[in-house]
Amino acid sequence: MITLSHFIVLGAVLFCIALASLFINRKNVIVLLMSIELMLLAVNINFVAFSRFLGDVAGQVFVFFILTVAAAETAIGLAILVLLFRNRSTINIAEIDSMKG
Amino acid sequence: MPNLNDILILLPEAFLVAWACVLLLLDAFMEPKLRWTLHWFSIVGLLMTIYLVVAGQPDQAVTAFNGMFVRDGVAEILKVFALLSTALVFVYAKPYLIDRKLFIGEFYTLTIFAVIGIMLLVSAGNLITVYLGLELLTLSSYALVALNRDSQMSSEAAIKYFVLGALASGMLLYGMSMVYGATGTLDLAHLHTAAAATTMPHLLVFGLIFMIVGIGFKLGAAPFHMWIPDVYQGSPTAVTIFIGSAPKLAAFGMAYRLLATGMGDLSQHWQLMLACLAVLSLAIGNLVAIVQSNLKRLLAYSTISHMGYLLLGLVNAGPEGYAAALFYAISYALMGTAAFGIILALARVGFECEDIDDLKGLNQRSPWAAFLMMLVMFSLAGVPPLFGFFAKLLVLQAAIHAGFMWLAIVGAVFAIIGLYYYLRVVKVMYFDKPVDGAEIRLQGDVSVRLVLSLNVLALLVLGFSWGPLFGWCQRVFVG
Repeated sequence: MITLSHFIVLGAVLFCIALASLFINRKNVIVLLMSIELMLLAVNINFVAFSRFLGDVAGQVFVFFILTVAAAETAIGLAILVLLFRNRSTINIAEIDSMKG
Repeated sequence: MPNLNDILILLPEAFLVAWACVLLLLDAFMEPKLRWTLHWFSIVGLLMTIYLVVAGQPDQAVTAFNGMFVRDGVAEILKVFALLSTALVFVYAKPYLIDRKLFIGEFYTLTIFAVIGIMLLVSAGNLITVYLGLELLTLSSYALVALNRDSQMSSEAAIKYFVLGALASGMLLYGMSMVYGATGTLDLAHLHTAAAATTMPHLLVFGLIFMIVGIGFKLGAAPFHMWIPDVYQGSPTAVTIFIGSAPKLAAFGMAYRLLATGMGDLSQHWQLMLACLAVLSLAIGNLVAIVQSNLKRLLAYSTISHMGYLLLGLVNAGPEGYAAALFYAISYALMGTAAFGIILALARVGFECEDIDDLKGLNQRSPWAAFLMMLVMFSLAGVPPLFGFFAKLLVLQAAIHAGFMWLAIVGAVFAIIGLYYYLRVVKVMYFDKPVDGAEIRLQGDVSVRLVLSLNVLALLVLGFSWGPLFGWCQRVFVG
């Protein structure tokens, strides 16, 4: 029998994987965009699970909004990425360090 | 079903959305020769929205769309000052944008959409509205930071802002999902009662922690401040001035809606968390600012410390504290526009006026600019009788009344440490020799200089008569 806590643990694990890859990854900005997406999907799993087990539909409505905004967010992120590559010819995170202090 | 009454409550926002859409169309189809009129078109739109906000303000708080949208006194005052400071941003930004060939419709459209996001966020009655308003604000800001497409610094700042901002949104959403799970409602007003009756208090507090991380990111409070210095330094100054003013009001509005309206009964949990954020912000902001040589970066660290003071007000968790924090947010928005407005006015083609050394001997070359800058620096530092002093005094008082005497002492000590780097700017302007051949004076036509002078002198006037404004801040939390 799959219970609510299974879903919450799944969401937490996905969220932690996303967080870890955000902080460990030192190579590529595209991987950062992927982990941000994963983070939002982990949140969606939480919302859908809670919504199902509470018998309240509002959480699923929220998921639609999160999915829509995540698409817009990724579009802007990729646009900024293209800009970055055009200006610096690299998307290596370790080399994006011209401002310090 | 939404009815006409709902739309009427939403009228200022609906009007501004329509205005922004017309602006987009005009920008696309207008003769290039007439494009400059868009500048005035945008400012008129903002001023008319202020009128709609104030004129249509109901006596009692009302909600629209089944509680999704709340129109009350807090929303009114935040919207008025957010719109006002954005109108000031447009006035100051114009000469700078023309000089750098950035005088394009996108700047105005994106900024107005960001303001619509702010208006939605401060009126949010539901977690969905909080999220949507916040994202409308931040997504527009990411694009604004990258506005100067050929600048390496600008695109670097944009990608850093984007990644950290998206991380913050993710944290906030994760917290919201936990809170939803513990209470079974997304409505902030219901959340208040459902939080008291929850059977899963641990889940609720767990969610609250994540939500505070998200709020900390958006405020720019330490230890979630990493994006602030790079974004302030990297983006064009015309964008920095916007990011440094109106969104701070929005961040206060968001913190108020989520913590006070939604989680008011859990205040004993979040008070101490906010106190920790406040101490860290005060320490990091004030200490790191001392070693900065870039003026925009210095003001960025100064912002972090100011957010620490704003948190001192929120720590109070009562009407007195919220009023003090709101007053602080308004004072910071006015001081921020004035400080960056002077930097914008001093910059010209090929000269950014970004380093503190660029201000050397400013008094000998442009006494009025030096005087205005001195007033702003004193106000930021909290020297009486300027506006910033009373704002600081009120948040310290609120912290003491809530029993956080140690926090108020920390705040006062760091205010004195902070005085050092503000006074350093004044010293450079008044006592250092100017660098030879570097001409520096206020750019822009008379109207820009007049508005800038009025903005700075308002800090002085409001310092002498801060009572009415503070009375307004107090009234919105009592009623």
